[in-house]
Amino acid sequence: MKDFEYTTPQTLREAVKLLAEKGEDARVLAGGTDLIVQLRGRRFQPERVVDVKKIAELNELSFSARKGLRIGAAVPCHRIYKDAEVVERFPAIVDSAMIIGGIQIQGRATLGGNLCNASPSADTIPTLIAYGATAEVQGPDGKRKIPVEEFCTAPGRNALQPGEILVCLQIPQNKTNSGAHYLRFIPRNEMDIAVVGVGAYVELGGRGKNQTFKSARIALAAVGPTPIFARDAGDGLQGQPVSEESILAAGEAAKAVATPISDMRGPAEYRTHLVGVLTKRALIGAVKRARGQYVPNAVQENGHPVYTLS
Amino acid sequence: MSKIHVSCTINGDPQEFLCEARQSLLEVLREDLGFTGTKEGCNDGNCGACSVTLDGVLVDSCLVLAVEAEGKQIVTVEGIAGADGLHPLQSKFLEHASLQCGICTPGFLVASKALLDAKPNPTEHEVRHWLAGNLCRCTGYDKIVRAVLDAADQGS
Repeated sequence: MKDFEYTTPQTLREAVKLLAEKGEDARVLAGGTDLIVQLRGRRFQPERVVDVKKIAELNELSFSARKGLRIGAAVPCHRIYKDAEVVERFPAIVDSAMIIGGIQIQGRATLGGNLCNASPSADTIPTLIAYGATAEVQGPDGKRKIPVEEFCTAPGRNALQPGEILVCLQIPQNKTNSGAHYLRFIPRNEMDIAVVGVGAYVELGGRGKNQTFKSARIALAAVGPTPIFARDAGDGLQGQPVSEESILAAGEAAKAVATPISDMRGPAEYRTHLVGVLTKRALIGAVKRARGQYVPNAVQENGHPVYTLS
Repeated sequence: MSKIHVSCTINGDPQEFLCEARQSLLEVLREDLGFTGTKEGCNDGNCGACSVTLDGVLVDSCLVLAVEAEGKQIVTVEGIAGADGLHPLQSKFLEHASLQCGICTPGFLVASKALLDAKPNPTEHEVRHWLAGNLCRCTGYDKIVRAVLDAADQGS
């Protein structure tokens, strides 16, 4: 690994200055679980590394009715899935944060880093998109907000301009009768990269047999050059009854926007098929959570849930 | 570039060292400070052989820069045994023959201790999930899992 200047700014202003001075020759270090591997592999050889873990705004993890959930860009996964408000109100964030690497990785890896790294298979990004999260960015010219679905622009590329830093992820307050779920398919139980991942969010209206989808958002991982917001698949559920039929139709709509490649993790046809299966299951999990039922994630003890509506 | 001065504690003792920004904590622990119990396996965060705790949080030391250790408390496998002998986890690893070549063992011990510190009575599922980030190519894991569960039963 080539040597570099290591800096530890205490404020956002200082961090932005350190980044802006070097442009493409500076990299941000938060958890380091991607960056250090990339430095070692010489994918990046920056002159300056800006460690952002001492900046207060990037360590914030808070929930309020007005501001919703705010996850600072340097907050590691283990803090997120141990947080009582996150566990109760945003279980799909827990679904994602608990399956990234092993416990060692989760002790360091951040959602902010997962987003900035912009891998098509990132496990937290579909969940953030499904929840309608916004990325708050600080740059030399001030703050701006970017919807997470617009943040990734190509594999490993994001919307940040030189000198800009991701400050926090903001998720709107959870609505009543809403729920979300993230699922990925891997050929083993843990420590793997998604063959396909699907995050789904639903808000339900009405009761019993007349229950309908008020809104839904679906996002896909590992089936395109970036995480994909399957907007039409979610919008198509609006006003539809909560039924096997409407959910299967959403799965078909999600398959229609998937553009997977064939690689060592799976052929394109298989991945497209999985989009349909996982969309159905993620939607059913989200519906159950919206109804107040407990749905375990991929690594929680109570076994794999049976994905049927009743 | 000039070397950077770092102060931290390792296994409870104050430590100071000079390092380059590009050096990993693993590299400095092993090559400069003599804590060779921490092993280098994959050097990219897959195998867990280099597991240490950093302010009580289990991490792979190959994915930590040594300069990030400033002000931190680090515990390596050398810090697990008490003054009166082996930690119960270490005894149970021996009793259950939970190792063959032994390269992964320090990482498993550090990770298992972090588990029992957080959760003194884990289920088998919890042990297997917690140790998923530690790879062993010899034992098939069963003996390791049994040793950890046995140590938990002994209230380590």
